[in-house]
Amino acid sequence: MRENLHRFFRAARGAGVRLSPAESIDAMRAVSKVGFSDRTVLRDTFLLTLAKTQDEKKALGACFDLFFDQPEPSQPPPEDSETDKSDTQDPGAASDTQGDADGGDQAQDLGQLAQMLLSQDRNAMAAAIANASNAAYLSDIRYFTQRGIFSGRILDQMGIQRLRDDLDALTATNPALAERLQTALDGLRDTVRETVSQALMLYGREEAENLRNEILRNAPLSRIEPRQVAQMRVLIRQIARRLRERYSKPRKRQRRGHLDVRRTIRRNAAWGGVPFLTAWKRRHRDKPKIIALCDVSGSVARVSDFFLLLIHSLHEVVSDVRSFAFSGHLIEVSDILESKSPEEAMAEIMSKVGFGSSDYGNSFADFEHEWMNAITPQTTVIILGDARSNNLDPRADILRRIGERSKRLVWLNPEGRMAWGWGDSEMPRYSTFCTVVRQCSTAQQLERAVSDIVASYQ
Amino acid sequence: MADKGPTASIEAVESGLAAQGYIASRQIATAVYLSQQIDKPILVEGPAGVGKTELAKAIAAWRGLKMIRLQCYEGLDEAKALYEWKYAKQLLYTQILKDKLGEVLGGAETLHDALAQLHDFGDVFFSKEFVEPRPLLQALEQPAGCVLLIDEIDKSDAEFESLLLEILSDFQVTIPELGTVTAIAAPTVILTSNSERDLGDALKRRCLHLHIGFPEQKLEERIVESRVPGISQTLRKQMVGFIHEVRSLDLKKLPSVSETIDWARVLVLLQAPELGSEIVKDTLNVLLKYEADIEATLPQVSTFIAKTSRQSVVFG
Repeated sequence: MRENLHRFFRAARGAGVRLSPAESIDAMRAVSKVGFSDRTVLRDTFLLTLAKTQDEKKALGACFDLFFDQPEPSQPPPEDSETDKSDTQDPGAASDTQGDADGGDQAQDLGQLAQMLLSQDRNAMAAAIANASNAAYLSDIRYFTQRGIFSGRILDQMGIQRLRDDLDALTATNPALAERLQTALDGLRDTVRETVSQALMLYGREEAENLRNEILRNAPLSRIEPRQVAQMRVLIRQIARRLRERYSKPRKRQRRGHLDVRRTIRRNAAWGGVPFLTAWKRRHRDKPKIIALCDVSGSVARVSDFFLLLIHSLHEVVSDVRSFAFSGHLIEVSDILESKSPEEAMAEIMSKVGFGSSDYGNSFADFEHEWMNAITPQTTVIILGDARSNNLDPRADILRRIGERSKRLVWLNPEGRMAWGWGDSEMPRYSTFCTVVRQCSTAQQLERAVSDIVASYQ
Repeated sequence: MADKGPTASIEAVESGLAAQGYIASRQIATAVYLSQQIDKPILVEGPAGVGKTELAKAIAAWRGLKMIRLQCYEGLDEAKALYEWKYAKQLLYTQILKDKLGEVLGGAETLHDALAQLHDFGDVFFSKEFVEPRPLLQALEQPAGCVLLIDEIDKSDAEFESLLLEILSDFQVTIPELGTVTAIAAPTVILTSNSERDLGDALKRRCLHLHIGFPEQKLEERIVESRVPGISQTLRKQMVGFIHEVRSLDLKKLPSVSETIDWARVLVLLQAPELGSEIVKDTLNVLLKYEADIEATLPQVSTFIAKTSRQSVVFG
């Protein structure tokens, strides 16, 4: 049973529940107290000892149900892995009952697997599959691409080679029996494939997800496919959560070594001013104030979409975000983003200003005209755009004034550095007035950029 | 733990808590049972008013142990949670003992000798007598063990969490001047959290994690029955059914168990024979705490009542 528990812990890790060795020891101790007799109690015990959040509890509960529904070698095999096999076999079995006799005397020359298949001993089959799975280290399966390999390995372990020889021999001597064996073999393949798929679901979920996220993280945002957009949104939310966790610590820190004389005297008044309790000066950390100007024309639009989603899911970390979108002219979009779902908000923004040819000079002029006062010395101004202004006046002088008023001026450019300054790109001219200029075309770069901005307030 | 008697089985825990008027779900009983068996604290999470704090009180009453409560808040630190030196007493004693000290040190010729002699007395002023135990230290010093309730741990700072780690895993604290204080009898520790912020993994790892949500209808009826005995069966069924309907709405703050109990008391006090739309509308402010929530619920009241009375006919 201990072996089974270890397998279950691995499956739980596969389901995304973070388990430390200490937690598995606790779970073992707890299980030894409650025993295995009552399944609901066992389930509750695992949920209590292993899962530490609501999400984990859900994942672990599902994992528990899946795991303990698996065929157990020693027990009568449950239905699910066997049903399809018996489905394919039943017609053959019904018609061939009378052929059993002549099958019987030939069975001696056949391999073990063939005999097992012909005798249709489900218990033995389930046990054989389970043993072969263990021998093939099925619990090491991580990616869906490995399904074929593992199915092959399990079948090898069960002696498929011998079965093929038997089959060849039988086709010559006893075609009817060969046909029966062939049907049974097909059934076996299905069962094994199913076992492997189930194992993949148990053990491989996390890895598969990690792999997919890793690929997604480094994919250029402007070129991802529509079907990946939803996944990307999930990924962006994860990033936002990570940033929140990292930066939402309390913002009061003691400044060791600087005595706050006033508060010390007041606190020690009871002892005649003898300073028993010392009070230290505190440093208040500001929450970032962010003003984001996003180009929503053409190829930059997708990146702006994700950027705005990220910035607006950082409520706990960022105290004040105002977002503006522009292509030909500039509008404020904070309210739209706050009140609507990301999809609707983006659609509305696009219909208002999107898809025009971009005019940076004009958009900056719009901003200066109406919202320049919003910039305080605590504000970080982030501009997201490719700085391709269609050879119109770039108005770099406005950018300089923005830079002077703000704490930091960050420019995020989705284009590669190579392309900056080529054609109608005004990047070199703009970059002189920016505190930081970064390339920002993938989710990973986006995360780093935002992380740096928030960190500069810590 | 030496005293295993009352916590012999999950059923025993369940009935023990029930005797104190706390109707525990199977999961809660399992958690309490396990925490006694493998000496682990329980971290209880869940919305406000589902009986997280009540659980600790019920355990204390059932086991006949003292309950020590530590309410967490932002800025809570070692001095308020663990121990503090009695500065004033130290000061007073030095003043009183001034002459005595003079006598003791009288024989010393040089300052160096005096200092050496003073060292011989050890840390008289930093001994047990001068320690003011705060809740955590008090809990460790109870000879019979106790129930330590660390309430709303999510309100405290992340630094305070780290302070708790030693207590939670080994039931001991280290005071630099005195050494390590180990619990005489391991206390039953209950931590509660409203999930205002995510707790650290290190803390979670040391605890059993129990999530108490809103109870099922049957369980909630039993809770009302035990807390408000005067209420009639039909009314109880109706009002609990009604509350379950309200919880399906999208409200700012859903009514929790404590509100159910309050409402039951109010209905008994007003001597309502059964749930009518008039009385519900009059007392809705017991159940819902925001004006917007009340406005959202008002139009639905008659529908809900019709639904719940139909249910109670079918099942009652």
